[in-house]
Amino acid sequence: MSKFHVSTTVNGDTVEYLCDPRETLLDCLRDKLNLTGAKEGCGTGDCGACSVTVDGRLVCSCLMLGVEAEGKQIETVEGISDGDVLHPLQKNFIEHAALQCGVCTPGVLVAAKSLLEKNPNPTEEEARYWLAGNLCRCTGYDKIIRAVMDTAAELREAS
Amino acid sequence: MDYHSPASFAEASALAANATGVTRFLAGGTDVLVQLRSELVTPDTLIDIKKINGVSDITRIADGSWTLGVAATGAEMSEHAELVSDWPGVVEAMDLIGSTQVQGRATLTGNLCNASPAADSVPAMVAAGVTVTVTGPDGTREVAVEDIPTAPGRTSLAKGELISALNIPARGANGGDAYLRFIPRTEMDIAVVGVGVNLRLDGDTIAEARVSLGAVAPTVLLVDECAKAIIGTTLDDAALETLAAAASAACNPINDKRGTVEFRTEVAGVLTKRAAKTAYARAKGEQA
Ligand SMILES: Cc1cc2nc3c(=O)[nH]c(=O)nc-3n(C[C@H](O)[C@H](O)[C@H](O)COP(=O)(O)OP(=O)(O)OC[C@H]3O[C@@H](n4cnc5c(N)ncnc54)[C@H](O)[C@@H]3O)c2cc1C
Ligand code: FES
Ligand code: FES
Repeated sequence: MSKFHVSTTVNGDTVEYLCDPRETLLDCLRDKLNLTGAKEGCGTGDCGACSVTVDGRLVCSCLMLGVEAEGKQIETVEGISDGDVLHPLQKNFIEHAALQCGVCTPGVLVAAKSLLEKNPNPTEEEARYWLAGNLCRCTGYDKIIRAVMDTAAELREAS
Repeated sequence: MDYHSPASFAEASALAANATGVTRFLAGGTDVLVQLRSELVTPDTLIDIKKINGVSDITRIADGSWTLGVAATGAEMSEHAELVSDWPGVVEAMDLIGSTQVQGRATLTGNLCNASPAADSVPAMVAAGVTVTVTGPDGTREVAVEDIPTAPGRTSLAKGELISALNIPARGANGGDAYLRFIPRTEMDIAVVGVGVNLRLDGDTIAEARVSLGAVAPTVLLVDECAKAIIGTTLDDAALETLAAAASAACNPINDKRGTVEFRTEVAGVLTKRAAKTAYARAKGEQA
């Protein structure tokens, strides 16, 4: 089986890896680049735990092949904080206790950040629809939505 | 599995023509990767068409018609204000597919060629009169969307053929389209019934109409009886009842956990009426 050499940018750093064409971007992030923030909840696009952005677009990394990442700009949950300084979304998730087991959290954070970049002033309904592809078996979603809505308000005030 | 990313459709076609075993094209991958992961289909040859120039373009041509690249995603379609205003039904059908994440990758072409009877964008494309350009070893041909799926999971594309563009007709004056589906929840489910309606008015009277049903037969249906029920009418109550009866009569659905035969048949009538009302209001410029 021939392996592909892939050169791509993850959270601003140029990285390279060798992959089998059957490996997903999620496999490559976790097993080759040791970026284990993105999780595999289902592997079939249903749960959103593997969410990342590719060229600014929110996608499931389990539904994209590692070879397809060549030349792309990828952002994962690991790139959200500024070193040890948490992003307002991360602070508000802690504040609102918007996580329990935490398996869904990296995907929810990436998806919520992508929402606020596109729509800084979402209605609650818009936020719920945007995050409909991020399943959480613990929180019942309410705390997640409150953390996202509070962050949106905070970021609007700050800008 | 061999992975190729050709630079042209001619090259993609040649790769497919010479491949042995199972070949798949890779557009957004939201069907291909699910099938790979669940070990339903592991292609021997996977041909990624996204490195071909222009495959993500959405272009309105001088005559008002549209050409969509085969890798243009649902998200890109919804963000295209002029496309949304010309063909709201086609865009809303595509937008119903999956989550925000799935929208970032999924394409009309993939939805069509996966050939699920419940594919959401297909009835909307059939109603709109969309055609596809097919590139194969002998050159290109233009095919109506309704002639692509032949059975669940099967298409009329021959070995070595692939879709190289989608062509949406010019909207023209006094036209409107709409797509509605019924699912047991509000998001992330498979259509129990899907209906696309596209019509054109002459004053208050319907001059032209196309009505298409999904998920109620092995392939999408273009129902002439539905069109006949409303052409020449102002979509009055009598016309709506004839329309609903024609839609229900066209159904040949399956029984499954999402809906019984009786339920699907009944809902097809109800949804067709609603979709026709929305298309009519859009044609009058009354509703976005
Ligand atoms: C979580 C989730 C939810 C979903 N929800 C829905 C839904 O609500 N409604 C719905 O209809 N679908 C749904 N789907 C299915 C899927 O997202 C759609 O069918 C989508 O439009 C497929 O497009 P794609 O570009 O990802 O196709 P791909 O997976 O890339 O390809 C699909 C098929 O098309 C063929 N193909 C691709 N490009 C070409 C070409 N140029 N020429 C010839 N053949 C080609 C491939 O060989 C393959 O057989 C869902 C999927 C997921 C994972
Ligand atoms: S692991 Fe990708 S959506 Fe569940
Ligand atoms: S916190 Fe456990 S799945 Fe969301």
